[in-house]
Amino acid sequence: MTTFQRIGACALILSTLGGCAVWQPPQPWEKGLLAKEAMTLGGDPLEQRFDLHIMNSKEAASGSGGVGGGGCGCN
Amino acid sequence: MNRLSSLTLALLLSLATTLPAHAVDVGAAAPEVSLAGPRGQVSLSALKGKVVYLDFWASWCGPCRQSFPWMNEMQAKYGAKGLQVVGVNLDAKRPDADKFLAEVPASFTIAFDAAGDTPKRYAIKGMPTSVLVGADGKVLQVHTGFRDDERKALEDAIVAALAAASH
Repeated sequence: MTTFQRIGACALILSTLGGCAVWQPPQPWEKGLLAKEAMTLGGDPLEQRFDLHIMNSKEAASGSGGVGGGGCGCN
Repeated sequence: MNRLSSLTLALLLSLATTLPAHAVDVGAAAPEVSLAGPRGQVSLSALKGKVVYLDFWASWCGPCRQSFPWMNEMQAKYGAKGLQVVGVNLDAKRPDADKFLAEVPASFTIAFDAAGDTPKRYAIKGMPTSVLVGADGKVLQVHTGFRDDERKALEDAIVAALAAASH
């Protein structure tokens, strides 16, 4: 096995260690499809906001809805 | 090369692919923007000497829609004093941007970056993001989001940048 092959094999093995965590979430400007109305989980926006508010306060965290900051990432 | 150094190199290689891009710093030179627009090529370096309000927007982003009339107003109010508003569209599909612009006309410079290369280099964190670039080409302020109560602060920053440029 050459040095080059060894580095390659090590890199391959190490890159699998991260699993799905290696995949980057969509960038803020790539959330066009996620921003569509059909992509919202709940039906009623007001009810959804209410639920999210309760969840945020109980979990002591915000931005839990949707991907990386919630919805389209606007605001 | 021994086994340990090849392991280290491999580890660094795999790490390099996962590290996020570094955000643009206030006071640093603004990365170059060179994009096609409906009225020809838009380039940040060509606007040196002017205060540039660089805004990253997309048709699907609600606050972006709200920011357009305000940006039109800023361009009308401070254009003669040396302000240039540049709206960089980040829609993956051009027709979406064209439809938006037909609904919400822009009286400032528009540029298209469907590939998302510019926002990547500016490492923007949300939509919309505005970058205020001084007359010397340096970043004065980076702002994410657009809310009604933020208009005043954003306008003040523009006024301050114009005042600094005229001295």
